[in-house]
Amino acid sequence: MLIKKADDIHSSEITPKDLYLNRRKFLAGAAMAGAAAAGLGLNELLAPSSTVQAGEKINGIQKSPFSTTERVTPYNDVTHYNNYYEFSTEKEEPADLAKNFKTRPWTVTIDGDVSKKQVQDVDSIMKFATPEERIYRHRCVEGWSIVVPWVGFSLSELIKRAQPLGKAKFVEFTTLYDLKQYPGQQRQILQWPYVEGLRMDEAMHPLALLCFGMYGEVLPNQDGAPLRMVVPWKYGFKSAKAIVRIRFTDKQPNTTWNLANPPAYGFYSNVNPNVSTYHSQSTERRLGEFLKRPTLMFNGYDQVAGLYSGMDLKKNY
Amino acid sequence: MIRWIKVVVFIACLAPLAWLMWRFFGATPRDMSTWGVGLGANPIEKITHATGDWTIRFLLITLSITPLRKLLSVPALIKFRRMLGLFAFFYACLHFTTYIWLDKFFSLHEMLLDIAKRKFITVGFTAFVLLIPLALTSTAGWIRRLGGKRWQALHRLIYVSAILGVIHYLWLVKADIRKPLMDGAILAVLLLYRVVVWIGPILKKRRQTLPSRQAEPAAE
Repeated sequence: MLIKKADDIHSSEITPKDLYLNRRKFLAGAAMAGAAAAGLGLNELLAPSSTVQAGEKINGIQKSPFSTTERVTPYNDVTHYNNYYEFSTEKEEPADLAKNFKTRPWTVTIDGDVSKKQVQDVDSIMKFATPEERIYRHRCVEGWSIVVPWVGFSLSELIKRAQPLGKAKFVEFTTLYDLKQYPGQQRQILQWPYVEGLRMDEAMHPLALLCFGMYGEVLPNQDGAPLRMVVPWKYGFKSAKAIVRIRFTDKQPNTTWNLANPPAYGFYSNVNPNVSTYHSQSTERRLGEFLKRPTLMFNGYDQVAGLYSGMDLKKNY
Repeated sequence: MIRWIKVVVFIACLAPLAWLMWRFFGATPRDMSTWGVGLGANPIEKITHATGDWTIRFLLITLSITPLRKLLSVPALIKFRRMLGLFAFFYACLHFTTYIWLDKFFSLHEMLLDIAKRKFITVGFTAFVLLIPLALTSTAGWIRRLGGKRWQALHRLIYVSAILGVIHYLWLVKADIRKPLMDGAILAVLLLYRVVVWIGPILKKRRQTLPSRQAEPAAE
């Protein structure tokens, strides 16, 4: 499927439209981020950090204009209600099963259609940019939602460093495959390892977050440590956890849930109250609330609408 | 004696509900802010799943009464069948209520859309509706009014309801179908027993009649 006409400009060089429209704000943010990075560098020189563990404070976190002011879901709910089938299909179980999950040493392979193929230590990836707190709505395809203060930075920071070739049209994320650490992988409930993907322009959108923390701390294991994606305008399963590989490709990746049940889980899987395949998606239950609330198009992140202009979202769900 | 056992069984059948309520209201039932906490991050989902699970379990228990009383030679077990069947209906009602109240908030439009569009809802709804006439005609008076044969024929609907119930479960599960398959396997054994009981005598009769016909010419 041809998404965009090929042209001379690398797609990675094109400024996303809303970043362009908000360039003043962006510049101000960049200036702040730069200052903070300098501060962080000094801190690092004075006291270099050793290994990072879940629950440890992350220093130098910046606020983000992308954050919602909605009530944040309690930490205990976000850490004890996890769809993480590599551990278990019961949502209460990953909290316990992930206790001894090894997140260090951890490397991420960045390869495929990029000029700078590399294998990076997760601790160095975390230093690619200033960590930001992004308080996002998170909507599961099962009809519940949470509000989580994630910590990370735009995936575009990593993509820019990898320098994708012009032909790279998609980014594919692969989760760890480890039968010893992931009891759930011993059964073929899904095709392992878990694979997710985004179209290049989706991946470059500043909202797409490369995440390594939440609630100001290092990500707990059951929430996808040490490195995960957070794509807030898509259903939760689009955000791969415990990523070991980021591959750039010209073909749409075969994603795990799409393979498991193609009519139910499309490649795009944007939050869309008008398209209901498996469950009704018109409403959702925010954890902790009794009444259901209407689900918003793109989960309320209208700024991504431009990515899909001209596309029939009822067909490309 | 039977009467006292019935009381015990009745109380035991209420245990799943008691457990749910205990977990829901917690140690301080007057403090509304703690409601649901004991059932985890999504108490309504937990209640929906638990009441659904127990509906299927009680249907399976009810269906196992006849095989058990025959195989174990405990005919008195029949005295518990109605109660167990009604408990299946009771948990089905709770399950259905959580759906129309806590999921759809009595929006008829939403429900009809759901029943029409989502096949697991269609099937589950049908399974529930089929139980209603069985619960209504579960009294001795109705057995008399309908006559034993017709009453029995009507109550065979429980087979259909149980099958649809398991399909409902199978279709709603996203990927891990272990639990619905387990229920399905138990149901299959219980239904197979009936097929054997039903077909066995017919085959026996045939076997008895066939050789005699073949034997006739030889005898001449």
